[in-house]
Amino acid sequence: MTATLTTPPPAAAVPVKRRMPVWARSMIIAGIAVLLLSISGYVAEAPDLTSSGAFGAALRLAVPIGLAGLGGLYSERAGVVNIGLEGMMTMGTWFAGWAGWHWGPWAAIAFGALGGAMGALLHAVATVTFGVNHIVSGVAINILAVGFTRYLAEEVFVGVSGASASLSPPVDGTLPKFSMPILSGGWGTPDVLGWFEKQDWFFVSDIAGLLKGLTSDLSAATIIAILLVPFTAYLLWRTAFGLRLRSCGEKPAAADSLGVNVYRMKYIAVVISGALAGFGGATLVLEAGRFREGQTANRGFLGLAAMIFGNWRPGGTAAGAGLFGYASALELRSAESVRALLLFAALLLGLGALWFGYRKKFRTTIWFGVAAAATFLAYLSKPLWVWDQWLYEKPLEIDTRIVFMTPYLVTLLVLAFASQRLRMPAADGVVWRKGEAT
Amino acid sequence: MGRKILYAIAAPVIAAVIALAIGAIVLIASGKNPAEVYSEMVDYLMSWDSLVATLNRTGWFYVAGVAVAIGFKMNLFNIGVDGQYRLAAVCAAAAGAAMNGWSIPGVLQITLIIIVAMAVGGAYAAIPGALKVKRGVNEVVATIMLNSIATGITALMLARHWRDPESELVRQTRQIDERAWLPTIDIQGSELQAWVFFAAAIGVIFYILVYRTRFGFDLRVSGMNPAAARSSGVNPNAMVMKTIVLSGIVAGLIGMGPLLNEFHQYADQFPITLGFTGISVALLGRNSPVGIAFGALVFAGIERASQILNTLEPPVPQSIGRILQGVILIVAVIVYEVVRRYAEAATVREAAAKAEARYAHKEAEVVA
Repeated sequence: MTATLTTPPPAAAVPVKRRMPVWARSMIIAGIAVLLLSISGYVAEAPDLTSSGAFGAALRLAVPIGLAGLGGLYSERAGVVNIGLEGMMTMGTWFAGWAGWHWGPWAAIAFGALGGAMGALLHAVATVTFGVNHIVSGVAINILAVGFTRYLAEEVFVGVSGASASLSPPVDGTLPKFSMPILSGGWGTPDVLGWFEKQDWFFVSDIAGLLKGLTSDLSAATIIAILLVPFTAYLLWRTAFGLRLRSCGEKPAAADSLGVNVYRMKYIAVVISGALAGFGGATLVLEAGRFREGQTANRGFLGLAAMIFGNWRPGGTAAGAGLFGYASALELRSAESVRALLLFAALLLGLGALWFGYRKKFRTTIWFGVAAAATFLAYLSKPLWVWDQWLYEKPLEIDTRIVFMTPYLVTLLVLAFASQRLRMPAADGVVWRKGEAT
Repeated sequence: MGRKILYAIAAPVIAAVIALAIGAIVLIASGKNPAEVYSEMVDYLMSWDSLVATLNRTGWFYVAGVAVAIGFKMNLFNIGVDGQYRLAAVCAAAAGAAMNGWSIPGVLQITLIIIVAMAVGGAYAAIPGALKVKRGVNEVVATIMLNSIATGITALMLARHWRDPESELVRQTRQIDERAWLPTIDIQGSELQAWVFFAAAIGVIFYILVYRTRFGFDLRVSGMNPAAARSSGVNPNAMVMKTIVLSGIVAGLIGMGPLLNEFHQYADQFPITLGFTGISVALLGRNSPVGIAFGALVFAGIERASQILNTLEPPVPQSIGRILQGVILIVAVIVYEVVRRYAEAATVREAAAKAEARYAHKEAEVVA
């Protein structure tokens, strides 16, 4: 009897999978990405792929997307799906254009956030107080925001010189810009990273390009946006307020039973969400120097995509926004870069295939292998363009429009292949009424 | 039953009144006289020209509303109707132009164009359907992404393949031959588009399909109570797939009104947000065949009526119409929800009162 009774193995004996800290893993991933990029850049003869200019542009383009994504994060962590981000961002652009015209760039940011928050308040009233389906309300807000900003623009900007119904007068002044001292030559110090970048050393110069792009010529709004990422992580995961907010998105009934005012929490989260989306809209206005109709161009939706790509986490959201920003930056810069990007994608997919082979997930390996081969063929033989030339006798050229679709395709792929690993808040999108059990 | 009808009518009326009031506030805030603006709008609408133009637009909006409503009926949010119809429209326009050289009768060309549109719309909708069924991807996010991808594909194909070689400045497809234009009917000098009748036919088919067939029953049950549907033998995955593809097929038809009856080519001025208008009118009409028609009529009427505003003295921004549309929409969805709750609570109260009465009656018997 006693012989068969065995004590359970001590807890220490259970193999604990030691994971690297997040920052170390992100550094390694970033390093591999830059390595692949520099290989692609050298092979495809597109040095712009890793230039500080490209990374700087990527950062500028990523900021509005990332801000919208962070906004979505607050709202969805509290359980309110926010398809209305696009509309809130649109509101932000108008208010930023108007306030910037009168009182300068800082007012533009403040009023942009305010405009977004107003749209968000409407979303909160509809979804939290009245229990309207979140998607329905979000779609309605997007439609309303377009009409509302158009009306305001026609009312306020028509008749002002240099402005029209779809264009505000220019913003009065610009935000200060900073470069990191010593590293990127801020405040008259030597530009170390710039020197490394000019040496054209494989990998080293590429890393320097990345770092210089991320540390030079940053506008104050960009710096605030970057700081908002760790701040959000701290606020939502390290404070009582954050725990309460997230509990409303996981199990509102439980939060309610512990004395959390779920409605108020959701209101706060949604309004913050809109304010951030509006801030994102304001950065677009400041970047362009004025409000323009249709300025958001789906960036609110891209923010949503970045948030999903980032698995409803601030760091991941920022990474997604950076990726999307980088793709759009290359689209704007040169056709060679776009072609090199195809090679990069092929390398990445090939690496993915190896990884899944190592993990013995052979079906996924085959999928990735096929995708890698197809992308590589696209890079090599440029079938689309060859076909074009044969059909229309046009000169061979690469269409940068393909890159326009990259962020959306990447998001779809991530959703398709990683949807099991993505974990959205459990009660996200659920209309909850006080007194209900679930 | 009578009360049900009362609720069904009361909700949109309340929504309309509130929306008009909010519109009036916006107008007063910008120094206009709302009574004057509204009466000018109504006056302008009351002419043959305006009525026919409104009907034409109603036809476009109605089909869009039906496409969206099919998905909404089973709580499937096909936000991608917009991308599906734009892609279908550009493909159909290119195919139609390519058929100009064929020696076929116009009716056949029209039929082929419509088939191309339906096939493209359905196929493009199958992507989010497959992603949802096979990989559990949320259809809202997938279709939002696919809307933007459709924009990219459209721009790419229009720029490189299907562009009219004779138009240097504008990116547009070649015009479809006149034999494949849908006719218009002359009413007091205004042209009523034949598409309006197609739209009505689509509405009838939608009604029969949803309310008079087994498929429609399964569809509605899946929307109202997925668990009940599953236990009564409905395969939820097959249902999702069928529904979203059907929604996409109808989405493909949205562009046929503008294409065959007005523009005859895919060009810059081709309407590009009909999918979202469809969402609005479907929500406004609560996904019912008749309700959507009213929703479409209201949106089309506002659009037409606001065209007069620029010509007023002093001019009023035309976009007050857009605000009215948006406000009506958001107020309507809120009012519908409130009225639904109220009706539900009233039903519960009534049942409770009835039960109590019966109990009291029994108690009285016992006492006696």
